[in-house]
Amino acid sequence: MDTFVQQLINGLTIGAIYALIALGYTMVYGILRLINFAHGDIYMVGAFVGYFLSFQLGFAAGPSLVGLSVVLVGSMIAAALVGMAIERFAYRPIRKYARMTTLITAIGVSLLIENLFVAKLGAAPRAFPQLLREQSYTLFGNAAISKSQILIFAVSVLLTLLLQWVIFKTKVGTAMRAVSFNLNSAKLMGINTDFIISFTFALGSALAAAAGVLTAQYNPQIDPLMGIITGLKAFVAAVLGGIGNIPGAVLGGLLIGIAETFVVGYGQNVGVPTTFRDAVAFAILILVLLFRPTGLLGSTVQEKV
Amino acid sequence: MLSLDNVSVNYGAIEALTGISLHVDKGEVVTLIGANGAGKTTTLRTITGLLQPRDGKISFEGEDIGGRPTHRLVAKGISMAPEGRGVFANLSVRENLQMGAYLKKDKRAIASEMERVFQMFPRLKERESQKAGTLSGGEQQMLAIGRALMSQPRLLLLDEPSLGLAPLVVHTIFEAIDEIKSKGTTILLVEQNAHAALKHSDRAYVLETGRIVMEGSSKQLAVDPRIKEAYLGE
Repeated sequence: MDTFVQQLINGLTIGAIYALIALGYTMVYGILRLINFAHGDIYMVGAFVGYFLSFQLGFAAGPSLVGLSVVLVGSMIAAALVGMAIERFAYRPIRKYARMTTLITAIGVSLLIENLFVAKLGAAPRAFPQLLREQSYTLFGNAAISKSQILIFAVSVLLTLLLQWVIFKTKVGTAMRAVSFNLNSAKLMGINTDFIISFTFALGSALAAAAGVLTAQYNPQIDPLMGIITGLKAFVAAVLGGIGNIPGAVLGGLLIGIAETFVVGYGQNVGVPTTFRDAVAFAILILVLLFRPTGLLGSTVQEKV
Repeated sequence: MLSLDNVSVNYGAIEALTGISLHVDKGEVVTLIGANGAGKTTTLRTITGLLQPRDGKISFEGEDIGGRPTHRLVAKGISMAPEGRGVFANLSVRENLQMGAYLKKDKRAIASEMERVFQMFPRLKERESQKAGTLSGGEQQMLAIGRALMSQPRLLLLDEPSLGLAPLVVHTIFEAIDEIKSKGTTILLVEQNAHAALKHSDRAYVLETGRIVMEGSSKQLAVDPRIKEAYLGE
């Protein structure tokens, strides 16, 4: 039982990270019907911006809440700008072409970012400075939760609620939903759809950057290719929840995180080696595509004529 | 107020509009009638900048608006209720109307405009918090018109407002058009229902395969034998 609770805590921790990244995939898909394959790399960029900010601003010297907050917010802002730049220069010029064109471009942008970072910074992992004084708290029984895990839960819940508020309670959020339903109708309302699309990229990228910095507190090793596998899993999470669906992205992220942890924790009991931890997400993807292509919360919209 | 001068539009290699010229004066209801595929919707989409003309000039209140992005035209006072209604099915009725007033900053003015729309279409008031996708076809059309009015346009473009609606609802929609006109809004109405369109408009243009083949006062055209035969089924 104790190990079960422990596995659950660990699973939800990773899951919260996947959820934050999945939100970006799902928002961009919702608005442009584009799978932004460079999104996982934004998560990596966020972690690296956090890394350099920590050193530049002197926060790497020792843990502090101020340092952590500044680094977190700073990397979110930087990533938002990177996301907007990618949209402006890579996706906007080809938006009118076939969807396959944008998909290939997205893969190209992803490879470009990864290789640019490898070329400039080297592929070797770097140790992310500790911005949070790590401490572990014992829960009932022997299950433990660490400070960085609490941080991940707290920040991801906060950001998800904030996002929910933006999308459902603000004018720009209503415009985002309008654009995602019908681009031309939105233009006829006087909505500057280019701005709304840009804003969507900014939001998604900021969330991915937050995930990058948070992960680096939990598992303080970052490298330029860290976004590939994590990004793919977050993409699977978005598909599992129902791509385009915001609560679905959160649910999908948590489920993938738990599934992955359980494979490591319990897989051996049923003959699944721990090395399958990365494979489980893709097994889930195949099952979802076979049996419920719209995802858990997604549904095909019935349009009235 | 609005004038199109020799406007041609292509869909790829296919010419959809061939040098059409028309004008709408302040306070008028002008209708554009024609069969399916004649180019009626193309004309409206070109005026609103959703399509780019290959040739010709479009001006609104003396200003050349050809090639302007769509969202800028709303600020100039042009608003359109698109064909197939184009309401945001995933948004509530209220949110749809709020989007219609996207460029308006004054909250009180938005609220009073919304009240006016609700007076015109009480059904919308009843369904204020419902998702637009759950409305009937007629209610969606009312919402599309109401939403287009929220920006307080000087020129309202209506694309096939009666398409696919029951006769009673069509009557409601045309009554609303009369009411909008009586309040001083200029209207360019695209319709397949030539009978109702000619009855509720001042002037009319007839489009056939991308060309304007006839024009005149609606009263005159309604009794023209060619129109009667081709569009009024008499």
